[in-house]
Amino acid sequence: MQLKKITFKINSKEITIEVDVRESLLDVLRNKLHMTGVKKGCSVGECGACTVLIDNVAFDTCIYLAVWADGKEIRTIEGEAKEGKLSKVQQSFLDEAAVQCGFCTPGFVMSTTEMLESGKVFSKEQIKKELSGHMCRCTGYHNIMLAAEKALQPANKHGSECHGKCHK
Amino acid sequence: MYDIIAYEEASCIEEAIKLLVANPNATLISGGSDVLIKLHEGRMHDAHLISIHGIKELSGVSMLEDGTIVIGSGTSFSKISKHPIVQQFIPVLGEAVDMVGGPQIRNIGTIGGNICNGVTSADSASTLFAFNARLEIQGPDGVRTVLIKEFYKGPGKVDLQHEEILTAIFITPDNYRGYGGHYIKYAMRNAMDIATLGCVALCKVKGIHQIEDFRLALGVAAPVPMRCTETERLIKGEFFTEELIEKVGKTALKEVNPRTSWRASKDFRLQLVEELSKRAFRQAFKNAGGEQ
Ligand SMILES: Cc1cc2nc3c(=O)[nH]c(=O)nc-3n(C[C@H](O)[C@H](O)[C@H](O)COP(=O)(O)OP(=O)(O)OC[C@H]3O[C@@H](n4cnc5c(N)ncnc54)[C@H](O)[C@@H]3O)c2cc1C
Ligand code: FES
Ligand code: FES
Repeated sequence: MQLKKITFKINSKEITIEVDVRESLLDVLRNKLHMTGVKKGCSVGECGACTVLIDNVAFDTCIYLAVWADGKEIRTIEGEAKEGKLSKVQQSFLDEAAVQCGFCTPGFVMSTTEMLESGKVFSKEQIKKELSGHMCRCTGYHNIMLAAEKALQPANKHGSECHGKCHK
Repeated sequence: MYDIIAYEEASCIEEAIKLLVANPNATLISGGSDVLIKLHEGRMHDAHLISIHGIKELSGVSMLEDGTIVIGSGTSFSKISKHPIVQQFIPVLGEAVDMVGGPQIRNIGTIGGNICNGVTSADSASTLFAFNARLEIQGPDGVRTVLIKEFYKGPGKVDLQHEEILTAIFITPDNYRGYGGHYIKYAMRNAMDIATLGCVALCKVKGIHQIEDFRLALGVAAPVPMRCTETERLIKGEFFTEELIEKVGKTALKEVNPRTSWRASKDFRLQLVEELSKRAFRQAFKNAGGEQ
């Protein structure tokens, strides 16, 4: 067994831990740091359930060696709500009922968060493309699209007071 | 846990080569999107990995004084398609690699890994064939370069010794200036699917109606990515007509040698070769400034 000490930021908190070189970042996040919001779906980069932001870019953690996280800044779903208040993206998923079993949701939320923070404007087609690395086995994707569109709308046009009652 | 027995991280190219020399059974890992999948699926055991993942000098796109575009082998697909040099001078390569997997795969997978694994379906390969890309390879004895068409030796086999690393991809200005291009990937679904056929055309136009130069490259039409040189020769110098388009499709068919796989039959792939070659030619001609 080969161990390596790594230091990284996880949801703004710096930690140093020893990881086994054989471990994926997914396994370290779930098993050692108990961030079970990072889901293990396929383990081969196909479902997106294990998506987190690494230096603010979306990665599948199942095909990312834990040792590579050294020096990086990682964000998981656990850090998105601040002081009990959901992030804009989380709130949109809630408002649009874009969740059934919820297994895929953390991944979708993280990718949508990356899009939101890019400051770019996305067409419906572009949103679909940006979310194409995620699979959902229950919602049928319709509400997920509505949630992402809502989260990515410029705030002035469509304020947060809407609560998803209008889909325009 | 992955079936890894040893892991070493190189901080520069020279160190990576030294590690490879010292460990004859080691495997290089860059983005890991092929290597880790192989390990997961049990197609590779007791891996001794040498990671070039964090080597900064392998990542990035730049332009030399003479206009040659240099792409580091460790550059991820998303960094390539978002790079201003790619967008301005070789947009078709950006479009091709933007069709790999999904966004998270494009953030991790590298262009070097894509061609070093030697598969004919690699989305970056056909476009690099069309641009006559030259590959820079570094080993214990120094640096050599090889044309991409000579790099592919057979399915899964490339011209790379165990101790060697692909460091960069070069595209010279005579191979991209004035060209318009178009890449078409045919797959069963739009995202997260390997190409059933990949097809790229590059076109340079004389005046607005005549083809000054034409290049056609295909993936999954043979055991390795390929150029349709006979088709190219026939089209060069001709005036653009509907008959010429038909000729592209018909001649390309004579040059390819696709296989039947679980993804598609040989016959279907042949049909795709004919149709996609025509479509890619038409669009590349337009993108090069040609008018019908
Ligand atoms: C879900 C999923 C979807 C995918 N979809 C597509 C797709 O649509 N189109 C497509 O083309 N590919 C696809 N791929 C394949 C994969 O993403 C690419 O082939 C990728 O480019 C590999 O790059 P990497 O850096 O991750 O490679 P790695 O796994 O790190 O390495 C791949 C191989 O190349 C060698 N290698 C890597 N870098 C170098 C170097 N610099 N010098 C020498 N040898 C090197 C390694 O030793 C290994 O043998 C997909 C993969 C996954 C997991
Ligand atoms: S578990 Fe990582 S992509 Fe499916
Ligand atoms: S809500 Fe169940 S997998 Fe998406």
